[in-house]
Amino acid sequence: MKLKIITLSLILLTMIVSCQSQDQLEFKRYYTSGSLIYQQRCQNCHGKNGEGLSALIPPLTDSVFLAANKQKLACFVKYGLNTEVVINGKKFEDQMPATDLTPVELAEVLTYVTNSFGNKMGTISAEQVNAHLQQCR
Amino acid sequence: MRKLAGLLFIVLFYSACKFNDGNKTTLPIYGNRDAVTKTVDGKTVVDTVYQTIPPFNFINQYGDSITEKSVKGDIYVADFFFTTCPSICPVMHRNMLKIYNDFKNVSDFKILSHTIDPKHDSVEVLKKYADKLGVSGNTWWFLQGKKAETYQLGEKNYLIAVKQDDGAAGGYVHQGWFVLVDKQRRIRGYYDGTDEKQVDKLIADIKTLRTETDEQIAQ
Ligand code: HEC
Repeated sequence: MKLKIITLSLILLTMIVSCQSQDQLEFKRYYTSGSLIYQQRCQNCHGKNGEGLSALIPPLTDSVFLAANKQKLACFVKYGLNTEVVINGKKFEDQMPATDLTPVELAEVLTYVTNSFGNKMGTISAEQVNAHLQQCR
Repeated sequence: MRKLAGLLFIVLFYSACKFNDGNKTTLPIYGNRDAVTKTVDGKTVVDTVYQTIPPFNFINQYGDSITEKSVKGDIYVADFFFTTCPSICPVMHRNMLKIYNDFKNVSDFKILSHTIDPKHDSVEVLKKYADKLGVSGNTWWFLQGKKAETYQLGEKNYLIAVKQDDGAAGGYVHQGWFVLVDKQRRIRGYYDGTDEKQVDKLIADIKTLRTETDEQIAQ
């Protein structure tokens, strides 16, 4: 009986631990690929440290904006953005062009952005991106 | 192709450096040069005539006419861009902003950014761009003019590729060179405007060039 409980809790423990490291592994994978996509597709405009460019291109450091618009980020990056946004209290009104990134690539680059430059929002998965893309207007 | 050009450039650059080994503080002079024989006091002397930037005429973001006379006695940096450029221009102007902030209070220094898309980049568009970039005053001019003249100046005189190509992102292909021009309108340096390290070198070279005396310039 005692042995059974010990074995059971041991199995449970391994499951939890491996589950966590699965998540962490997934995060790392997304984040690393995302950082490469960022360098190739976003950095010229948004800057190495997500600092943006004066009043022309917004920084990616506004955690409040990013969290509030989490469901829309995939739409912004896939279809481009051409509406006025207020980032860190400043207005931006220029255009971000659309991209041809796949849902997985969108998930990777968004995971990178929302966990860099002082942001900490965790993984944005390909499943989430697919769901978010259904709701683009 | 760009890589190859870069390599060639580096090789050229190093040979230029070697050439100047004896006097480390002098920048090379680029472009074609001609030997001209003339007679001074009855003696025949050979003079070197360097390639210079010819007269030009553009309009800046304030609607003022800008010619070679507007940069008389000035050192300047020239580049080619367009406001809707999605690729290298934001990086170039993020870096140019650094140069602007370092030298905006210097009276004998200017930046001339030529738009290669004058149809879209009107004076109003350029003014708005300058405002948003945080540029005011008369250190950094955004210049608009006839497309053919801008292209000609870029390719024939600054010796950099400025081409329209509808296959590229944004419809234009061009290289992100910053060209350093001295008070005699001679080309003294080429720098990749997308590379922070080269831009730091440019800032150092502007300082070097500003210490060049008139006597050295006259040579
Ligand atoms: C050509 C320049 C350019 C590129 C390349 C670019 N962006 Fe943008 N981005 C902009 C501009 C300009 C805006 C503001 C648009 C507006 O005001 O409607 C913006 C807005 C944003 C926003 C929302 C506002 C903010 O600051 O949080 C996010 C998120 C974003 N971009 C992420 C990305 C990502 C990720 C990439 C790479 C896949 C990327 N951008 C590539 C120019 C660019």
